[in-house]
Amino acid sequence: MSYDVNGQTVETDEEGYITNLSEWTPDLGAVIAKAEDVDMTDEHWAVVNFLRDYYEEYQIAPAVRVLIKAIKKSLGKEVGNNKYMYELFPYGPAKQACKIAGLPKPTGCV
Amino acid sequence: MEDDVKKFLYVNRKAPYGTIYALEALEVVLIGAAFDQDVSLAFLDDGVFQLTKSQDTKEIGVKNFSPTFRALGDYEVTKLYVEKESLDERGLTADDLQEIMWEDEDDDWAEKPSIRIVSRAEMADVFADQDVILSF
Repeated sequence: MSYDVNGQTVETDEEGYITNLSEWTPDLGAVIAKAEDVDMTDEHWAVVNFLRDYYEEYQIAPAVRVLIKAIKKSLGKEVGNNKYMYELFPYGPAKQACKIAGLPKPTGCV
Repeated sequence: MEDDVKKFLYVNRKAPYGTIYALEALEVVLIGAAFDQDVSLAFLDDGVFQLTKSQDTKEIGVKNFSPTFRALGDYEVTKLYVEKESLDERGLTADDLQEIMWEDEDDDWAEKPSIRIVSRAEMADVFADQDVILSF
């Protein structure tokens, strides 16, 4: 699999996670989101940016439970709750948002 | 429910980057954290090097997972026992270890240190107190 963004081809693994993490740009994030049928709003981007910052700091994509707790703390409980996060990312806030954020699948996800 | 919670101790005895043991142990801890058990980590022998500051793996071409230890608090893993004699034998002190904190939700998110330096005798007590011990 691969994505086309601004005339460039970006390679992915068989599940659509990009293989070279340094190739990510917000434009690519938007292309992946489109392929995932996710309409990106400010809240979506806030979660994606949060994941990227978390990965930068700790070198892991957080488990969904950890993600929701941390979002609750940084963005408030309106966004940081299970229901809303699954509305934003129906295929799983950790799994799908990580894909859009250009990160590997969270540790422990199968 | 309390009866279902077991005390798990993950024992780390090897340096972080010469072998795969340290990374594998850390991944098992992170995955296992989903099961709401009472988890502690022990660092002894060369395992104490896993927590040392300023690791840089660029030259050996492997991922630097040292920052990941600082995420353990988010996974409610807040007890990292480090054996003092192992530090002493390697010329290390507490100052050589990275700062690893956890936030106590029940105490207005106060930041508390996760690393507890214990003597060999105290470490024996930590071991004796466990239900399950996994050695890496």
